[in-house]
Parts: sequence; structure tokens; C-alpha cells
Amino acid sequence: MSQKFTRREFSKLVIAGAAGSTLGVFGGVRPAFANQKHVVVIGGGFGGASAAKYIRKLDSSISVTLVEPATTFYTCPFSNWVMGGLKEMKDIAQTYDVLKSAYGIEVVHDEAVEIDAANHSVKLKGGGELKYDRLVVSPGIDFNYDAVEGYSEELANTVMPHAYKAGPQTELLTKQIQEMKDGDNVIICPPGNPFRCPPGPYERTSLIAHYLKENKPNSKVIVLDSKEKFSKQGLFTKGWGRLYGDVIDWRAASKGGKVLSVDAETMTVNTSAGPVKGGVINVIPPQRAGKIAFAAGLTNETGWCPVNPITFESTIHPGIHVIGDACIAGAMPKSGFAASSQGKVTAASIVRLLQGKVPAPPSLVNTCYSLVGPGYGISVAAVYKLTSDGIVKIKDSGGLTPMDADDDQLSEEATYARGWYNNIAQDIWG
Amino acid sequence: MVKQITSWLSVGLISAAALTACDTQTSEQQQASETEEINPRGEILALSCASCHGTDGKSVGIMPGFYGKSASYLKSALMEFKNDERYSTVMGRHAKGYTDEEIELIAEYFGGLSQQNSK
Repeated sequence: MSQKFTRREFSKLVIAGAAGSTLGVFGGVRPAFANQKHVVVIGGGFGGASAAKYIRKLDSSISVTLVEPATTFYTCPFSNWVMGGLKEMKDIAQTYDVLKSAYGIEVVHDEAVEIDAANHSVKLKGGGELKYDRLVVSPGIDFNYDAVEGYSEELANTVMPHAYKAGPQTELLTKQIQEMKDGDNVIICPPGNPFRCPPGPYERTSLIAHYLKENKPNSKVIVLDSKEKFSKQGLFTKGWGRLYGDVIDWRAASKGGKVLSVDAETMTVNTSAGPVKGGVINVIPPQRAGKIAFAAGLTNETGWCPVNPITFESTIHPGIHVIGDACIAGAMPKSGFAASSQGKVTAASIVRLLQGKVPAPPSLVNTCYSLVGPGYGISVAAVYKLTSDGIVKIKDSGGLTPMDADDDQLSEEATYARGWYNNIAQDIWG
Repeated sequence: MVKQITSWLSVGLISAAALTACDTQTSEQQQASETEEINPRGEILALSCASCHGTDGKSVGIMPGFYGKSASYLKSALMEFKNDERYSTVMGRHAKGYTDEEIELIAEYFGGLSQQNSK
């Protein structure tokens, strides 16, 4: 019998021998086991939780601390389904229990407020400090409220929710729609590119229209868009015509959609073509990388973070990997699926780097399902690779649900959308 | 742009080399990495699949799970998706993103995973 261990077996032995002590953060600073490599991950969403889990899965000798303020994470994917009355908040709630118990990840419910790139340390709002060998930053987005005159963070929390980070604002917007008078209109104002989840505002439009059709037949959804075109436009437009008739009124930027300002007192959106009144107004402001990315100087003039596309390591601060919506990832959209894909590639790269090996070239994927109606699903997919032009979509890969898809296919896609949620949630938090 | 990709690669290499230089690996760890069986290219290609089919291909949703399926079965299924010989909504669109060699690596990764665990 061979005396040699496989990497996996050896890792198990290391963990068993260390009996938990290596997983704690000794004195709030460093793992007790001096030789053990330590990775800190900031952000427990699609990107960060994927990176944390997969680092531990690929090499359990590396200790991982995940910093995330929330004990329950509400996913943006499927939050539109809550607004449409198809799901409840509990259905989009994810926790960190399995990452802690099955993967031995130290989860710190605190907020990272400062990164000292030179000294490899992260300062927490609660006063703690974490040292790292490598850091993963997956902070998602922050909102540029000032870009919309009359709008503010306070208004978003009280009167005109953006509901573009799932949580209390998802509930607020859902409640406002439910309590709205029949005959009043819901106004949705999507931002210009780039922004999180390109098909998101249009799935939202669809499912709110579904709710109104069933419950408030005299109301409409008016979309005042800052763009001339949008993701999966042909498929959405066809579906809207088939399912909702004239319930949805989408206006391109040049056709009166451009938002100039909002007025909460009179519940009015002022556009280039004049004022539009709404019973409910959902303003989705322009976005930039999450706060900590700015605080740590990881962003460039675009407001997003440039990275090495092989490892997602920041090209500004070595040793810090930026993933998800916050990073500039070539042709990849800012989606939960893309963030998770980047999280896994980064996990594999970090494991190789900490083992003193060269990372494998990246292979990345995105699949975004949108629901046009409860039994009417559409999707866009792509496989990405690294070329001399950065991360590009592989020719012939991916694409959209065919425009001539029959009802059976559209129904299957709706079913697969539900299956997608179950599996990606399990793959990240389960 | 060729220069750019070379610089990305060299950053990766330099980091790796720097880490090797100040390495604190034990002899057991070195031994462990020598016996490593997982192809890193296959691994990084295969990790994508888990998002829709569950970690290690153990599906909890309606998508088919493929944990425990053999490499040859997985290869032929993926090749059929790629060549539009098997009906799908989205798998054909994915399979077309991989070369035949990459499909083989993915199939070997998942085939090997369940074999390794059942030893």
C-alpha cells in the first residue's frame, strides 16, 4: 500500500489534526497554524460565497474567512418573482449555515471598511482586523443617486424604492404595488449601460404586468428607459404582446423615455417629453462598484475595477482579487451567474497560486433566465474565454431562446428557470 | 494586445514564482501535490457546469444530475448537444462553446470525480 496521500486526503488530515483551531481567527488577526494560508473574502453574495466555498472545496488546507454584514442574504435573482406574487421573501433567502458547518468557512457578520493592501489586512466596522495571504473583494454595486435629480437614498428607502438590491426595498415595492389604486400606473425607470442584471428591469416589467392584469386590470406599467434598446428585447417585446396586450408601455430614451428628474411630492417623473405621473415609481439609478472598492482604491475612472482576466487579481493592488458586478470582465454581463463563475475561476486560481503553481486559463459561463409570465421563460447564455482581446464570448456559443420557440419550449424554459435557481443557490450557499 | 496577454500571463507566473520562493510547504504537502490526479484545465472548465447542475453534478433541481455517470457517457451526451443531435433548450448553446478536446476534459473530470470518491 502506498504511503502517499492524495491532496484531498492530506487536506482532510490537516483539518482533522488541527481540530477547528485553525479555522478560528486567532486574536482577530491570524490563524493559529503558522504555515496555513489564509484567504479573506469580502461579500457573501453570488461571487464571494462561490469563491469562499470553492477555495475550501479545492484545497481544504487553506483557511477562509468570509466577511458579510447580513446573516440572511436575499438574492436579486427571483426578487422580481416576489413583486409578481409568484414567490415570497423566504424563497429568496440564503444563509451561511452550510458554508460554516460543511465547508469550515469562518463567517464574520461585519462590514469591511478599509483595506491596507501593503500590509495585507482588512479593517472591520466592528473594530476587528483580518490579515490575509490573498483577498477576494466581491462587493456588488453601489448607487449613484445624484445622477437622477430629485432622487436620494432616503427616497429610495421610503417612497421610490429602487429594489435593485434584494431586501427591505423588494418588500416595499411589492407592498406599494399591492396597495396601489386600480387605474394608477407603475413607472419603472431603468438606467443606462452598464448596470447589474441587464434583463432585470424587463423581467420586473413583465411580472408586475402579470400581477396588474390579474389584480388591477385598469393599471399599466410605463417603462421610461435611459436606453434605446435592451437585453432580450425581441423576445420580451413578443412575449409582452402575447401575454399583456397594451398593459406595458415601453418608451426608448429618444421617444420620451429619458428621465430628467423625479418629484416625490407629486409622484411625477419629468422626461424630455413632459411629466408622467405614477401610483408607484421604481427608479433604478446608475451604478458603480460597491463602496469598499472605492475606499480601497480598486476602481479606475469608469467607477469599476480593472482586473487581470486570468486570475481576477486587481491590476491596481496585487494580492487582491475583484469579482462580480464590481469588476470589469470584458464581454461578461454583470449577473449573479457571471459573478459565481468568476468566483470559481478565482478560487481555482488562488488555490494554484498559494500552492506555488501557475493558474489554468479561465473558462467562464453565463446563463440568465427571465420570466415573461409564470409559464413563459426565455434565456440568454454564453461561454467565455480569454483571448488577446481580453474575456470574449466564444463564437457559436450561447445566444438567445429562438424567436420562433413554441409554447412547449417557453414553458420548459420557465421550468428550467426554477431549476436553475435551486441548483445555483445550492452550488453557492448549500 | 499580444503584449497585454503576455503581461497578464507573466503577472501570474511571477506571483507563482514568488510564492514558490518563500514557500513553507511541508514534505507531506509536496508529496501530496505530486500525486495530484486532477487536471487543472479540466477542473476549471468543469466548475461552470455546477451552477445549473449542482455542485459536483449532484442536482437538486429539475436539471439532470450527472454525478456517477461515466466519462464516456458524458462525452457522448455533450457531443450530441454540440452537434444538435440531442434536443435541448439551452445545452446546445453551451456545448457549442467548447472544443471536442475541452468536452473530453470536462467528461473526464466528472467521470473521475465519482470514481475517485467511490474508491
